[in-house]
Amino acid sequence: MRFPPRPVSGPFRSPLRGPWLTSVFGSVLLVGLPVLFVTGLLSYAAYNPDLSHINDQTPGKGLLGFYLFSWPTHPYWLYRLTQGMHVTLGIVLIPILLAKLWSVVPKLFTLPPVRSLGHALERLSLLLLVGGGLFEFTTGVLNVQLDYLFPGSFYTLHFYGAWVFTGAVAAHVALRMPQAVRALRSREFRAELRTSTARTRPEPADGGGLVAAHPAEPTMSRRGALGMAGLGSLVLFVLTAGQSIGGPLRRTALLAPHGRDSGSGPNGFPINKTALKAHVRPQDIGEDWRLTVRGNGRTVRLTLGQLQALARHTAALPIACVEGWSTENQHWQGVRLRDLAALVGHHTDPPGVFVESVQLAGSFRAVALRANQVRDPRSLLATNVNGAPLSPDHGYPARIIVPDAPGVMSTKWVRQLTFGATDFEERA
Amino acid sequence: MKRLFVRVYGEPPRHLVILLLSFAVCGYALVRLLRTEWLSVLEWVVGAAILHDVVLVPLYGGADWLLHKGVQAGKPLSRSRLAVVNHLRVPAFLSLLTLLVYWPSISRNAGTNYRRATGLSPDVFWPRWLLITVVLFAASAALFALRAHRTRRRPGG
Repeated sequence: MRFPPRPVSGPFRSPLRGPWLTSVFGSVLLVGLPVLFVTGLLSYAAYNPDLSHINDQTPGKGLLGFYLFSWPTHPYWLYRLTQGMHVTLGIVLIPILLAKLWSVVPKLFTLPPVRSLGHALERLSLLLLVGGGLFEFTTGVLNVQLDYLFPGSFYTLHFYGAWVFTGAVAAHVALRMPQAVRALRSREFRAELRTSTARTRPEPADGGGLVAAHPAEPTMSRRGALGMAGLGSLVLFVLTAGQSIGGPLRRTALLAPHGRDSGSGPNGFPINKTALKAHVRPQDIGEDWRLTVRGNGRTVRLTLGQLQALARHTAALPIACVEGWSTENQHWQGVRLRDLAALVGHHTDPPGVFVESVQLAGSFRAVALRANQVRDPRSLLATNVNGAPLSPDHGYPARIIVPDAPGVMSTKWVRQLTFGATDFEERA
Repeated sequence: MKRLFVRVYGEPPRHLVILLLSFAVCGYALVRLLRTEWLSVLEWVVGAAILHDVVLVPLYGGADWLLHKGVQAGKPLSRSRLAVVNHLRVPAFLSLLTLLVYWPSISRNAGTNYRRATGLSPDVFWPRWLLITVVLFAASAALFALRAHRTRRRPGG
Protein backbone atom coordinates (compact mmCIF):
# COMPACT_ATOMS: atom_id res chain seq x y z
CA MET A 1 0.00 0.00 0.00
CA ARG A 2 1.30 3.41 -0.85
CA PHE A 3 -0.07 6.83 0.05
CA PRO A 4 1.28 10.02 -1.50
CA PRO A 5 2.92 12.39 1.00
CA ARG A 6 1.02 15.55 1.82
CA PRO A 7 2.63 18.94 1.34
CA VAL A 8 4.22 20.41 4.43
CA SER A 9 2.10 22.70 6.52
CA GLY A 10 2.17 23.60 10.18
CA PRO A 11 5.00 25.38 11.91
CA PHE A 12 7.64 24.71 9.27
CA ARG A 13 7.18 27.60 6.87
CA SER A 14 10.69 28.66 5.91
CA PRO A 15 10.80 29.39 2.16
CA LEU A 16 14.42 28.24 2.07
CA ARG A 17 13.70 24.59 2.78
CA GLY A 18 13.80 22.41 -0.27
CA PRO A 19 15.72 19.63 -1.97
CA TRP A 20 18.40 22.00 -3.33
CA LEU A 21 19.40 23.44 0.05
CA THR A 22 19.29 20.01 1.71
CA SER A 23 21.46 18.60 -1.08
CA VAL A 24 24.07 21.34 -0.70
CA PHE A 25 24.44 20.61 3.03
CA GLY A 26 24.34 16.88 2.20
CA SER A 27 27.18 17.27 -0.30
CA VAL A 28 29.41 18.90 2.31
CA LEU A 29 28.70 16.03 4.71
CA LEU A 30 29.27 13.54 1.90
CA VAL A 31 32.84 14.81 1.67
CA GLY A 32 33.38 15.32 5.40
CA LEU A 33 31.88 12.16 6.91
CA PRO A 34 34.06 9.68 4.95
CA VAL A 35 37.15 11.63 6.09
CA LEU A 36 35.91 11.36 9.70
CA PHE A 37 35.24 7.65 9.26
CA VAL A 38 38.61 6.82 7.70
CA THR A 39 40.66 8.91 10.15
CA GLY A 40 38.68 7.30 12.98
CA LEU A 41 39.47 3.80 11.70
CA LEU A 42 43.12 4.79 11.37
CA SER A 43 43.16 5.94 14.97
CA TYR A 44 42.00 2.50 16.06
CA ALA A 45 44.74 0.88 13.94
CA ALA A 46 47.31 3.24 15.49
CA TYR A 47 46.85 1.51 18.86
CA ASN A 48 48.01 -1.81 17.29
CA PRO A 49 44.99 -3.55 18.85
CA ASP A 50 45.74 -6.83 17.06
CA LEU A 51 49.13 -7.05 18.80
CA SER A 52 47.83 -7.42 22.35
CA HIS A 53 44.54 -7.31 24.21
CA ILE A 54 46.22 -4.68 26.40
CA ASN A 55 46.16 -2.28 23.45
CA ASP A 56 42.64 -3.23 22.38
CA GLN A 57 39.79 -1.18 23.81
CA THR A 58 37.20 -3.03 21.69
CA PRO A 59 38.22 -6.70 21.85
CA GLY A 60 34.78 -7.85 20.72
CA LYS A 61 35.15 -6.14 17.33
CA GLY A 62 34.90 -9.34 15.26
CA LEU A 63 34.83 -8.59 11.54
CA LEU A 64 35.03 -4.84 12.15
CA GLY A 65 38.78 -5.20 12.68
CA PHE A 66 39.23 -6.62 9.18
CA TYR A 67 41.40 -3.74 8.00
CA LEU A 68 43.94 -3.62 10.85
CA PHE A 69 47.61 -3.40 9.95
CA SER A 70 50.94 -2.72 11.65
CA TRP A 71 50.94 0.97 12.40
CA PRO A 72 54.02 2.58 10.79
CA THR A 73 56.54 4.94 12.39
CA HIS A 74 56.91 6.95 9.15
CA PRO A 75 56.10 9.73 8.59
CA TYR A 76 56.44 10.63 12.25
CA TRP A 77 53.67 13.24 11.99
CA LEU A 78 51.05 10.92 10.48
CA TYR A 79 49.00 10.37 13.65
CA ARG A 80 49.28 14.03 14.52
CA LEU A 81 47.76 14.83 11.13
CA THR A 82 45.05 12.15 10.97
CA GLN A 83 43.82 12.59 14.53
CA GLY A 84 44.02 16.38 14.41
CA MET A 85 41.90 16.21 11.26
CA HIS A 86 39.46 13.78 12.85
CA VAL A 87 38.70 15.96 15.86
CA THR A 88 38.91 19.36 14.18
CA LEU A 89 36.82 18.31 11.20
CA GLY A 90 34.29 16.65 13.48
CA ILE A 91 33.81 19.88 15.42
CA VAL A 92 33.78 22.03 12.28
CA LEU A 93 31.07 19.85 10.69
CA ILE A 94 28.64 20.32 13.60
CA PRO A 95 26.94 23.45 12.17
CA ILE A 96 26.61 21.71 8.79
CA LEU A 97 25.06 18.67 10.47
CA LEU A 98 22.64 20.89 12.40
CA ALA A 99 21.78 22.84 9.24
CA LYS A 100 21.16 19.62 7.34
CA LEU A 101 18.88 18.37 10.11
CA TRP A 102 17.09 21.74 10.22
CA SER A 103 16.46 21.51 6.49
CA VAL A 104 14.76 18.11 6.75
CA VAL A 105 12.96 18.49 10.07
CA PRO A 106 9.45 18.74 8.54
CA LYS A 107 9.93 15.17 7.30
CA LEU A 108 9.89 13.97 10.85
CA PHE A 109 6.32 15.11 11.19
CA THR A 110 5.02 14.05 7.74
CA LEU A 111 1.63 12.41 7.70
CA PRO A 112 0.84 9.60 7.47
CA PRO A 113 3.89 8.59 9.52
CA VAL A 114 4.24 5.36 7.62
CA ARG A 115 3.13 5.14 3.98
CA SER A 116 4.26 1.62 3.17
CA LEU A 117 6.41 -1.23 4.40
CA GLY A 118 9.37 0.22 2.49
CA HIS A 119 8.79 3.63 4.03
CA ALA A 120 8.66 2.10 7.52
CA LEU A 121 12.02 0.40 6.99
CA GLU A 122 13.48 3.60 5.66
CA ARG A 123 12.30 5.53 8.69
CA LEU A 124 13.92 2.94 10.93
CA SER A 125 17.13 3.46 8.96
CA LEU A 126 16.74 7.22 9.40
CA LEU A 127 16.46 6.76 13.17
CA LEU A 128 19.85 5.00 13.06
CA LEU A 129 21.16 7.79 10.83
CA VAL A 130 20.03 10.72 12.98
CA GLY A 131 20.40 8.98 16.36
CA GLY A 132 23.73 7.41 15.36
CA GLY A 133 25.07 10.69 13.95
CA LEU A 134 24.12 12.77 16.98
CA PHE A 135 25.47 10.00 19.23
CA GLU A 136 28.85 10.01 17.45
CA PHE A 137 29.19 13.78 17.46
CA THR A 138 28.05 14.05 21.09
CA THR A 139 30.34 11.34 22.45
CA GLY A 140 33.27 12.82 20.50
CA VAL A 141 32.62 16.37 21.70
CA LEU A 142 32.26 15.18 25.31
CA ASN A 143 35.37 13.01 25.22
CA VAL A 144 37.71 15.69 23.86
CA GLN A 145 36.54 17.89 26.72
CA LEU A 146 37.09 15.12 29.27
CA ASP A 147 33.40 15.06 30.23
CA TYR A 148 32.77 11.34 30.59
CA LEU A 149 28.99 11.44 30.90
CA PHE A 150 28.36 8.68 28.40
CA PRO A 151 27.43 5.17 29.54
CA GLY A 152 30.57 3.09 29.26
CA SER A 153 33.96 3.20 27.61
CA PHE A 154 34.35 5.95 25.03
CA TYR A 155 36.29 3.64 22.70
CA THR A 156 33.50 1.05 22.65
CA LEU A 157 30.73 3.58 22.16
CA HIS A 158 32.47 5.71 19.54
CA PHE A 159 33.90 2.79 17.52
CA TYR A 160 30.76 0.66 17.27
CA GLY A 161 28.61 3.77 17.04
CA ALA A 162 30.67 4.83 14.03
CA TRP A 163 29.83 1.60 12.23
CA VAL A 164 26.11 1.96 12.99
CA PHE A 165 26.18 5.55 11.75
CA THR A 166 28.23 4.71 8.66
CA GLY A 167 25.96 1.80 7.75
CA ALA A 168 22.97 4.14 7.90
CA VAL A 169 24.81 6.92 5.99
CA ALA A 170 25.70 4.48 3.20
CA ALA A 171 22.05 3.48 2.77
CA HIS A 172 20.90 7.08 2.89
CA VAL A 173 23.42 8.11 0.22
CA ALA A 174 22.54 5.15 -2.00
CA LEU A 175 18.80 5.87 -1.75
CA ARG A 176 18.95 9.65 -2.02
CA MET A 177 21.84 10.22 -4.43
CA PRO A 178 19.72 10.39 -7.63
CA GLN A 179 17.35 12.88 -5.98
CA ALA A 180 20.25 14.95 -4.65
CA VAL A 181 21.94 15.12 -8.04
CA ARG A 182 18.66 16.20 -9.65
CA ALA A 183 18.15 18.84 -6.97
CA LEU A 184 21.66 20.23 -7.31
CA ARG A 185 21.20 20.50 -11.07
CA SER A 186 17.87 22.26 -10.65
CA ARG A 187 19.47 25.53 -9.57
CA GLU A 188 22.77 27.05 -10.52
CA PHE A 189 24.96 27.39 -7.45
CA ARG A 190 26.59 30.69 -8.42
CA ALA A 191 23.30 32.26 -9.46
CA GLU A 192 21.88 31.22 -6.10
CA LEU A 193 24.78 32.96 -4.35
CA ARG A 194 23.90 36.19 -6.18
CA THR A 195 20.21 36.07 -5.22
CA SER A 196 19.23 38.61 -2.56
CA THR A 197 16.71 38.03 0.20
CA ALA A 198 14.04 40.06 -1.60
CA ARG A 199 14.34 37.91 -4.71
CA THR A 200 14.48 34.60 -2.83
CA ARG A 201 11.62 32.32 -3.85
CA PRO A 202 10.69 28.90 -2.48
CA GLU A 203 11.83 25.89 -4.48
CA PRO A 204 9.07 24.35 -6.59
CA ALA A 205 6.90 21.85 -4.67
CA ASP A 206 8.67 18.53 -4.93
CA GLY A 207 6.35 15.95 -3.37
CA GLY A 208 9.33 15.01 -1.20
CA GLY A 209 7.98 16.78 1.84
CA LEU A 210 10.63 19.50 2.19
CA VAL A 211 9.07 22.54 0.51
CA ALA A 212 6.55 24.40 2.69
CA ALA A 213 2.95 24.43 1.46
CA HIS A 214 2.39 27.94 2.80
CA PRO A 215 5.86 29.48 2.83
CA ALA A 216 6.50 32.61 4.87
CA GLU A 217 8.17 35.70 3.42
CA PRO A 218 11.92 35.15 3.18
CA THR A 219 13.95 36.77 5.97
CA MET A 220 17.24 35.50 4.63
CA SER A 221 18.57 34.42 1.24
CA ARG A 222 19.92 30.95 0.54
CA ARG A 223 23.31 32.61 0.33
CA GLY A 224 22.65 33.91 3.84
CA ALA A 225 21.69 30.48 5.15
CA LEU A 226 24.75 28.81 3.61
CA GLY A 227 26.94 31.67 4.81
CA MET A 228 25.61 31.40 8.34
CA ALA A 229 26.36 27.66 8.54
CA GLY A 230 29.76 28.25 6.93
CA LEU A 231 30.52 31.06 9.35
CA GLY A 232 29.64 28.70 12.21
CA SER A 233 32.20 26.22 10.87
CA LEU A 234 34.79 28.95 10.46
CA VAL A 235 34.33 30.24 14.01
CA LEU A 236 34.62 26.71 15.42
CA PHE A 237 37.71 26.12 13.27
CA VAL A 238 39.42 29.25 14.58
CA LEU A 239 38.51 28.38 18.18
CA THR A 240 39.68 24.75 17.86
CA ALA A 241 42.28 24.02 15.19
CA GLY A 242 45.17 25.72 16.98
CA GLN A 243 45.38 22.93 19.55
CA SER A 244 46.41 20.60 16.73
CA ILE A 245 48.13 22.90 14.25
CA GLY A 246 50.08 24.75 16.92
CA GLY A 247 52.28 27.76 16.30
CA PRO A 248 50.62 31.16 16.59
CA LEU A 249 47.21 29.55 15.92
CA ARG A 250 47.34 27.89 19.36
CA ARG A 251 46.47 31.27 20.81
CA THR A 252 43.24 31.53 18.80
CA ALA A 253 42.08 28.11 20.08
CA LEU A 254 40.35 29.92 22.94
CA LEU A 255 37.81 27.22 23.78
CA ALA A 256 39.81 24.13 22.83
CA PRO A 257 40.81 22.12 25.91
CA HIS A 258 44.47 22.00 24.91
CA GLY A 259 44.88 25.30 23.15
CA ARG A 260 46.41 26.80 26.26
CA ASP A 261 49.74 28.00 27.40
CA SER A 262 51.18 25.22 29.54
CA GLY A 263 53.85 27.41 31.06
CA SER A 264 57.30 28.25 29.84
CA GLY A 265 60.50 26.25 30.07
CA PRO A 266 61.55 22.88 28.66
CA ASN A 267 58.53 21.06 30.13
CA GLY A 268 56.04 23.72 29.03
CA PHE A 269 53.84 21.66 26.71
CA PRO A 270 50.39 20.10 27.30
CA ILE A 271 49.84 17.18 29.66
CA ASN A 272 46.99 14.68 29.38
CA LYS A 273 47.51 12.81 32.63
CA THR A 274 49.21 14.39 35.63
CA ALA A 275 51.18 12.32 38.15
CA LEU A 276 48.44 13.15 40.65
CA LYS A 277 45.72 11.73 38.40
CA ALA A 278 47.76 8.61 37.70
CA HIS A 279 48.28 8.10 41.47
CA VAL A 280 52.05 8.13 40.99
CA ARG A 281 53.53 8.83 44.41
CA PRO A 282 56.84 10.64 44.97
CA GLN A 283 58.40 7.49 46.46
CA ASP A 284 57.51 5.51 43.30
CA ILE A 285 59.76 7.73 41.21
CA GLY A 286 62.32 8.70 43.85
CA GLU A 287 65.81 7.42 44.53
CA ASP A 288 64.62 3.82 44.88
CA TRP A 289 63.29 3.79 41.33
CA ARG A 290 64.86 1.08 39.16
CA LEU A 291 64.31 0.23 35.52
CA THR A 292 63.93 -3.49 34.92
CA VAL A 293 64.77 -4.70 31.41
CA ARG A 294 63.82 -8.30 30.64
CA GLY A 295 63.93 -10.63 27.69
CA ASN A 296 65.61 -13.82 26.49
CA GLY A 297 65.29 -15.12 30.05
CA ARG A 298 67.60 -12.38 31.31
CA THR A 299 66.88 -9.52 33.69
CA VAL A 300 68.88 -6.31 34.00
CA ARG A 301 68.18 -3.67 36.65
CA LEU A 302 69.36 -0.10 36.18
CA THR A 303 69.39 2.95 38.40
CA LEU A 304 68.59 6.27 36.77
CA GLY A 305 72.34 7.08 36.76
CA GLN A 306 73.16 3.79 35.01
CA LEU A 307 70.38 4.39 32.46
CA GLN A 308 71.68 7.85 31.71
CA ALA A 309 75.20 6.48 31.26
CA LEU A 310 74.07 4.40 28.24
CA ALA A 311 74.47 5.79 24.70
CA ARG A 312 72.16 8.80 24.46
CA HIS A 313 70.27 9.97 21.40
CA THR A 314 67.94 12.82 20.55
CA ALA A 315 64.67 12.65 18.61
CA ALA A 316 62.42 15.57 17.66
CA LEU A 317 58.89 14.21 17.96
CA PRO A 318 55.44 15.56 18.83
CA ILE A 319 52.96 14.25 21.36
CA ALA A 320 49.73 13.61 19.45
CA CYS A 321 46.69 12.71 21.53
CA VAL A 322 43.60 10.73 20.55
CA GLU A 323 41.69 13.79 21.77
CA GLY A 324 43.00 15.62 18.71
CA TRP A 325 45.44 18.04 20.29
CA SER A 326 49.15 17.76 19.68
CA THR A 327 52.37 19.55 20.51
CA GLU A 328 55.03 20.83 18.19
CA ASN A 329 58.13 18.65 17.98
CA GLN A 330 59.79 18.33 21.35
CA HIS A 331 63.47 17.42 21.60
CA TRP A 332 63.56 14.19 23.57
CA GLN A 333 66.78 12.79 24.86
CA GLY A 334 67.28 9.26 26.11
CA VAL A 335 68.26 5.69 25.27
CA ARG A 336 67.12 3.93 22.11
CA LEU A 337 64.67 1.08 22.73
CA ARG A 338 66.76 -1.13 20.44
CA ASP A 339 69.86 -0.45 22.57
CA LEU A 340 67.90 -1.51 25.65
CA ALA A 341 66.88 -4.69 23.78
CA ALA A 342 70.57 -5.35 23.14
CA LEU A 343 71.18 -5.27 26.93
CA VAL A 344 69.21 -8.53 27.21
CA GLY A 345 70.77 -10.13 24.17
CA HIS A 346 68.58 -8.94 21.27
CA HIS A 347 71.50 -7.56 19.28
CA THR A 348 69.87 -7.72 15.86
CA ASP A 349 66.23 -7.47 14.83
CA PRO A 350 64.80 -6.92 18.33
CA PRO A 351 61.20 -8.04 18.94
CA GLY A 352 58.37 -5.90 20.28
CA VAL A 353 58.32 -4.77 23.88
CA PHE A 354 55.81 -4.79 26.70
CA VAL A 355 56.06 -1.54 28.67
CA GLU A 356 54.82 -1.18 32.25
CA SER A 357 54.47 2.00 34.27
CA VAL A 358 54.76 2.46 38.03
CA GLN A 359 51.14 3.62 37.76
CA LEU A 360 49.14 0.89 39.50
CA ALA A 361 45.66 1.45 38.15
CA GLY A 362 43.93 3.09 35.23
CA SER A 363 43.97 2.49 31.51
CA PHE A 364 47.20 2.61 29.52
CA ARG A 365 49.47 1.91 32.48
CA ALA A 366 50.94 -0.77 30.23
CA VAL A 367 51.26 -0.99 26.48
CA ALA A 368 52.61 -3.41 23.87
CA LEU A 369 54.83 -1.94 21.16
CA ARG A 370 55.52 -3.73 17.90
CA ALA A 371 58.94 -4.69 16.53
CA ASN A 372 58.87 -1.91 13.90
CA GLN A 373 58.37 0.61 16.72
CA VAL A 374 61.24 -0.80 18.80
CA ARG A 375 63.57 -0.88 15.80
CA ASP A 376 63.03 2.74 14.78
CA PRO A 377 66.14 4.69 15.84
CA ARG A 378 63.93 7.57 17.01
CA SER A 379 62.07 5.38 19.54
CA LEU A 380 63.46 6.28 22.93
CA LEU A 381 63.13 5.69 26.60
CA ALA A 382 63.52 9.40 27.26
CA THR A 383 64.80 10.89 30.49
CA ASN A 384 65.13 14.46 29.25
CA VAL A 385 63.12 16.81 27.10
CA ASN A 386 64.30 20.06 25.51
CA GLY A 387 67.54 19.86 27.48
CA ALA A 388 66.03 19.38 30.95
CA PRO A 389 64.99 16.32 33.00
CA LEU A 390 61.35 15.30 32.49
CA SER A 391 58.97 16.89 34.97
CA PRO A 392 56.93 14.48 37.15
CA ASP A 393 53.84 15.23 35.04
CA HIS A 394 55.69 14.39 31.83
CA GLY A 395 56.82 11.02 33.17
CA TYR A 396 59.96 11.47 35.29
CA PRO A 397 62.25 9.56 35.56
CA ALA A 398 61.73 7.90 32.16
CA ARG A 399 59.02 7.70 29.50
CA ILE A 400 58.52 6.12 26.11
CA ILE A 401 58.44 8.24 22.99
CA VAL A 402 57.74 6.51 19.65
CA PRO A 403 57.28 8.25 16.31
CA ASP A 404 53.65 8.28 15.12
CA ALA A 405 52.20 6.48 18.14
CA PRO A 406 49.13 7.93 19.90
CA GLY A 407 50.02 9.92 23.02
CA VAL A 408 48.58 7.38 25.48
CA MET A 409 50.99 4.77 24.13
CA SER A 410 53.98 6.91 25.09
CA THR A 411 53.93 5.39 28.57
CA LYS A 412 55.12 7.63 31.39
CA TRP A 413 56.89 6.67 34.65
CA VAL A 414 58.21 3.47 33.05
CA ARG A 415 59.42 0.78 35.47
CA GLN A 416 59.74 -2.32 33.31
CA LEU A 417 60.43 -3.26 29.70
CA THR A 418 59.92 -6.89 28.65
CA PHE A 419 61.21 -7.57 25.15
CA GLY A 420 59.34 -10.29 23.26
CA ALA A 421 56.25 -10.02 25.52
CA THR A 422 52.80 -8.61 24.78
CA ASP A 423 51.15 -9.03 28.18
CA PHE A 424 51.74 -8.95 31.95
CA GLU A 425 53.92 -11.84 33.11
CA GLU A 426 51.26 -13.39 35.35
CA ARG A 427 48.89 -13.59 32.38
CA ALA A 428 51.34 -14.55 29.64
CA MET B 1 6.38 -9.76 -10.37
CA LYS B 2 8.17 -6.47 -9.90
CA ARG B 3 4.85 -4.63 -9.99
CA LEU B 4 3.46 -6.91 -7.31
CA PHE B 5 6.55 -6.25 -5.18
CA VAL B 6 6.13 -2.50 -5.51
CA ARG B 7 2.45 -2.79 -4.61
CA VAL B 8 3.17 -4.77 -1.47
CA TYR B 9 6.42 -3.07 -0.41
CA GLY B 10 5.78 0.43 -1.70
CA GLU B 11 9.26 0.93 -3.17
CA PRO B 12 11.33 -0.72 -5.92
CA PRO B 13 13.33 -3.88 -5.01
CA ARG B 14 16.70 -2.10 -4.91
CA HIS B 15 15.33 -0.03 -2.00
CA LEU B 16 14.91 -3.20 0.05
CA VAL B 17 18.31 -4.59 -1.00
CA ILE B 18 20.10 -1.38 0.04
CA LEU B 19 18.31 -1.24 3.39
CA LEU B 20 18.94 -4.89 4.18
CA LEU B 21 22.66 -4.51 3.44
CA SER B 22 22.76 -1.43 5.62
CA PHE B 23 20.86 -3.14 8.46
CA ALA B 24 23.34 -6.02 8.31
CA VAL B 25 26.26 -3.65 9.00
CA CYS B 26 24.33 -1.56 11.54
CA GLY B 27 23.00 -4.66 13.30
CA TYR B 28 26.43 -6.26 13.55
CA ALA B 29 27.83 -3.11 15.18
CA LEU B 30 24.69 -2.44 17.23
CA VAL B 31 24.89 -5.86 18.91
CA ARG B 32 28.42 -4.94 20.02
CA LEU B 33 27.41 -1.43 21.00
CA LEU B 34 24.58 -2.75 23.17
CA ARG B 35 26.60 -5.56 24.78
CA THR B 36 27.23 -3.48 27.90
CA GLU B 37 24.83 -0.95 29.38
CA TRP B 38 22.47 -1.60 26.48
CA LEU B 39 19.58 0.34 27.95
CA SER B 40 21.64 3.47 28.58
CA VAL B 41 23.20 3.32 25.11
CA LEU B 42 19.78 2.91 23.51
CA GLU B 43 18.53 5.83 25.58
CA TRP B 44 21.44 7.89 24.28
CA VAL B 45 20.93 7.02 20.60
CA VAL B 46 17.13 7.46 20.63
CA GLY B 47 17.35 10.25 23.20
CA ALA B 48 19.79 12.24 21.06
CA ALA B 49 17.41 12.11 18.09
CA ILE B 50 14.38 13.05 20.22
CA LEU B 51 16.23 15.76 22.14
CA HIS B 52 17.33 17.33 18.87
CA ASP B 53 13.99 17.08 17.08
CA VAL B 54 11.53 17.95 19.83
CA VAL B 55 13.62 20.12 22.15
CA LEU B 56 16.50 21.79 20.33
CA VAL B 57 14.73 22.58 17.04
CA PRO B 58 11.58 24.06 18.65
CA LEU B 59 13.79 25.93 21.11
CA TYR B 60 15.89 27.72 18.50
CA GLY B 61 12.92 28.03 16.14
CA GLY B 62 10.90 29.63 18.95
CA ALA B 63 13.75 31.95 19.93
CA ASP B 64 14.07 33.10 16.32
CA TRP B 65 10.32 33.72 16.15
CA LEU B 66 10.46 35.76 19.36
CA LEU B 67 13.35 37.78 17.95
CA HIS B 68 11.25 38.60 14.89
CA LYS B 69 8.23 39.57 16.96
CA GLY B 70 10.40 41.70 19.21
CA VAL B 71 12.01 43.65 16.39
CA GLN B 72 8.80 43.97 14.38
CA ALA B 73 6.87 45.30 17.40
CA GLY B 74 3.54 44.70 15.65
CA LYS B 75 4.51 46.44 12.41
CA PRO B 76 5.09 44.75 9.04
CA LEU B 77 8.60 43.48 8.44
CA SER B 78 10.38 46.19 6.46
CA ARG B 79 13.84 45.81 4.93
CA SER B 80 15.49 47.85 7.63
CA ARG B 81 13.82 45.85 10.41
CA LEU B 82 14.88 42.66 8.69
CA ALA B 83 18.47 43.93 8.71
CA VAL B 84 18.19 44.44 12.49
CA VAL B 85 16.88 40.90 12.89
CA ASN B 86 19.72 39.40 10.87
CA HIS B 87 22.44 41.41 12.57
CA LEU B 88 21.21 40.00 15.89
CA ARG B 89 20.45 36.54 14.55
CA VAL B 90 23.89 35.74 13.18
CA PRO B 91 25.99 36.61 16.27
CA ALA B 92 23.38 34.93 18.49
CA PHE B 93 23.62 31.79 16.36
CA LEU B 94 27.42 31.78 16.51
CA SER B 95 27.47 32.41 20.25
CA LEU B 96 24.94 29.66 20.98
CA LEU B 97 26.72 27.28 18.63
CA THR B 98 30.01 27.70 20.48
CA LEU B 99 28.14 27.36 23.77
CA LEU B 100 26.58 24.10 22.59
CA VAL B 101 29.84 22.58 21.33
CA TYR B 102 31.98 23.73 24.25
CA TRP B 103 29.32 23.39 26.96
CA PRO B 104 31.32 20.82 29.00
CA SER B 105 34.26 23.25 29.24
CA ILE B 106 32.28 26.49 29.61
CA SER B 107 29.93 25.07 32.26
CA ARG B 108 32.91 23.49 34.07
CA ASN B 109 31.03 20.16 34.04
CA ALA B 110 34.35 18.48 33.35
CA GLY B 111 36.22 20.81 35.70
CA THR B 112 37.62 18.23 38.11
CA ASN B 113 38.67 15.85 35.33
CA TYR B 114 40.19 18.72 33.43
CA ARG B 115 42.23 20.00 36.34
CA ARG B 116 43.50 16.54 37.27
CA ALA B 117 44.33 15.63 33.68
CA THR B 118 46.02 18.80 32.48
CA GLY B 119 47.11 20.51 35.68
CA LEU B 120 45.41 23.68 34.40
CA SER B 121 42.48 25.67 35.75
CA PRO B 122 39.08 24.95 34.14
CA ASP B 123 37.78 28.42 35.06
CA VAL B 124 39.11 30.24 32.00
CA PHE B 125 36.54 29.03 29.48
CA TRP B 126 33.36 30.80 30.53
CA PRO B 127 34.91 34.30 30.56
CA ARG B 128 36.44 33.52 27.18
CA TRP B 129 33.07 32.47 25.80
CA LEU B 130 31.53 35.64 27.17
CA LEU B 131 34.27 37.68 25.54
CA ILE B 132 33.76 35.88 22.20
CA THR B 133 30.03 36.60 22.44
CA VAL B 134 30.64 40.29 23.12
CA VAL B 135 33.08 40.51 20.20
CA LEU B 136 30.62 38.78 17.85
CA PHE B 137 27.74 41.13 18.73
CA ALA B 138 30.04 44.16 18.57
CA ALA B 139 31.37 43.14 15.14
CA SER B 140 27.83 42.61 13.90
CA ALA B 141 26.74 46.00 15.26
CA ALA B 142 29.71 47.70 13.59
CA LEU B 143 28.85 46.00 10.31
CA PHE B 144 25.22 47.09 10.70
CA ALA B 145 26.25 50.70 11.31
CA LEU B 146 28.58 50.64 8.30
CA ARG B 147 25.87 49.23 6.04
CA ALA B 148 23.26 51.70 7.33
CA HIS B 149 25.70 54.55 6.69
CA ARG B 150 26.33 53.39 3.11
CA THR B 151 22.62 53.00 2.40
CA ARG B 152 21.97 56.55 3.63
CA ARG B 153 24.71 57.93 1.41
CA ARG B 154 23.27 56.15 -1.62
CA PRO B 155 19.74 57.51 -2.00
CA GLY B 156 17.34 54.95 -3.37
CA GLY B 157 19.91 52.22 -2.79
